[in-house]
Amino acid sequence: MPENTDAAILDGVPPTTQDGTALPQDTRDKARSLWTDAWYDLRRNPVFYISSLVILFLVFISIWPGAIAHTDPLQCDLINSQNGPSGGHWFGFDQQGCDVYSRTVHGARNSVEVGLLSTVGVALLGSVLGGLAGYFGGWLDAILSRVSDIFFGIPILLGGVVFLSAFKGGSVSIVSTFIILLGWPQLARIARGAVITAKEQDYVLAAKALGAGHGRLLLRHIAPNALAPVIVWSTIALGTFISLEATLSFLGVGLKPPAVSWGIDISSASEQIRNAPHMLLFPAGALSITVLAFILLGDAVRDALDPKLR
Amino acid sequence: MGRYVIRRLLQMIPVFIGSTFLIFFMVYALGDPVAALFGDRAPDPATAAQIRNELHLNDPLWKQYLLYMKNIFSGDFGTAFNGQSVTSLMGSAFPVTIRLTIVAIIFEIIIGITLGVITGMRRGKPVDTGVLLLTLIVISVPTFVTGYVLQYLFGVQLKWTAPSVSPEAPFNELILPGLVLALVSLAYVTRLTRTSIAENTRADYLRTAVAKGLPRRRIIIRHLLRNSLIPVVTFIGTDVGFLMGGAIVTERIFNIHGVGFQLYQGILRNNAPTVVGFVTILVLVFLLANLLVDLLYAVLDPRIRYA
Repeated sequence: MPENTDAAILDGVPPTTQDGTALPQDTRDKARSLWTDAWYDLRRNPVFYISSLVILFLVFISIWPGAIAHTDPLQCDLINSQNGPSGGHWFGFDQQGCDVYSRTVHGARNSVEVGLLSTVGVALLGSVLGGLAGYFGGWLDAILSRVSDIFFGIPILLGGVVFLSAFKGGSVSIVSTFIILLGWPQLARIARGAVITAKEQDYVLAAKALGAGHGRLLLRHIAPNALAPVIVWSTIALGTFISLEATLSFLGVGLKPPAVSWGIDISSASEQIRNAPHMLLFPAGALSITVLAFILLGDAVRDALDPKLR
Repeated sequence: MGRYVIRRLLQMIPVFIGSTFLIFFMVYALGDPVAALFGDRAPDPATAAQIRNELHLNDPLWKQYLLYMKNIFSGDFGTAFNGQSVTSLMGSAFPVTIRLTIVAIIFEIIIGITLGVITGMRRGKPVDTGVLLLTLIVISVPTFVTGYVLQYLFGVQLKWTAPSVSPEAPFNELILPGLVLALVSLAYVTRLTRTSIAENTRADYLRTAVAKGLPRRRIIIRHLLRNSLIPVVTFIGTDVGFLMGGAIVTERIFNIHGVGFQLYQGILRNNAPTVVGFVTILVLVFLLANLLVDLLYAVLDPRIRYA
């Protein structure tokens, strides 16, 4: 990876002739924006393709699980209890005699839904609040910083167990609401920092001198330039939120049966790990691959957007 | 320095009040502590009303909170579901979790920093790529999966350690659970140290040190490490709070009777005093750990001085 750094830095420098003078404008590419530059980098990164493929596949099976799993995940026959993998049922059966393959495929939907909902919520709430605090400063910033300190004081897993245990029967929307509630301060801090850096730039001052209002400054000039860290953090967070949902379901406070979730399946399989390790292996593997795909994608996007961080 | 500490302590007060009130609100306003006392049976309305009165549950929430805080500061955390006082539960649970956290932090420091230094100084080499890939995998696999797998592997198959921990939980039984608890943070420590080391190897002061002809050992330990460890120390410091909270999963896997275990029992049985009491202490630990980290800065980096 590091060898790309030099190329990326060179890309930003206009090509010069032997004696050091810049070439005329028309002989080099049109000046590339940060985003075209990042896209150029991404298209050359195999990690980006692999992780995107995995994620696309996940999204596909969460929209249409029947496409590759033909049996009902809730149709179980105790006679098959704990039967290992076989030709007809590649992943074997779980304690209740349900088809593990079908449950693993159908479990993707809940995980992806929780991940997407909470990431979108956290990104919107966090970047709006953090962005406004960073832009206006003053009392708004002071209040927001104290409020996010309060949320930071509560470790997320603890808060999750306390908050969700109050709701009997967790659902995708309740779990996502909770993650948004405790997750936004982190993003707000990142967005605040990015906006503070962006608003000091000369182009913002120039726009202000030309008479641009707050709305125009924020949306047209600051937001596009402060967006990169928000996108990178959100991609990685999506993976960790999926993992968090599984952990909460594992502890019995997240999604509840009959919902099909990797966390629930891992939790029930863990009691039988000595007799039937395949029951744990498949949902745990699916969960890990999903989280890994999002983390890798986030890494690739960060490398493309900010070569310095490598 | 003294004035800085006092200012930080004063700043902690609103955060402490806010966090504990939030937890208090979740437990008392969203749950029903009286119904929980009766388990699955429906309580007799008259008895329920009397208990509500005795526990001041009819007062407005802020009044209940003030009363609770008053009791806490006089050392009364209330009664747990089994009639034991919450303070005696804490007395038995906290030492266990503190031991577990210490084991986890030792793993983070020794393995995490060592791997970070090795990879940071050999960037782009096979060791670097391999360790980086490994950290990504460790971060992706949730703790409760690694916990069960390692327990099965080392406890059941290889029989190197006992699969579950005895109630006394001595240090030697906590090695595997401590490693499981530490794993994800360990991966972050490795990555953080690597980035930090890699950045500082290009610094001017390091080139000067090499040019002066200092021995390699001294350059790495006195010059490179001391400058690179500052962000790592921050991470490990704030991690103390997360580790103690995250122990709820590890303690459940290895049947350790620590803070996470008691907290989980309290939540399952909807016992408000246990939950609020333990979380209050955890929040306090978290805030103090953050303060300690900021003070450590001054020790590690003489450029930072607090007025």
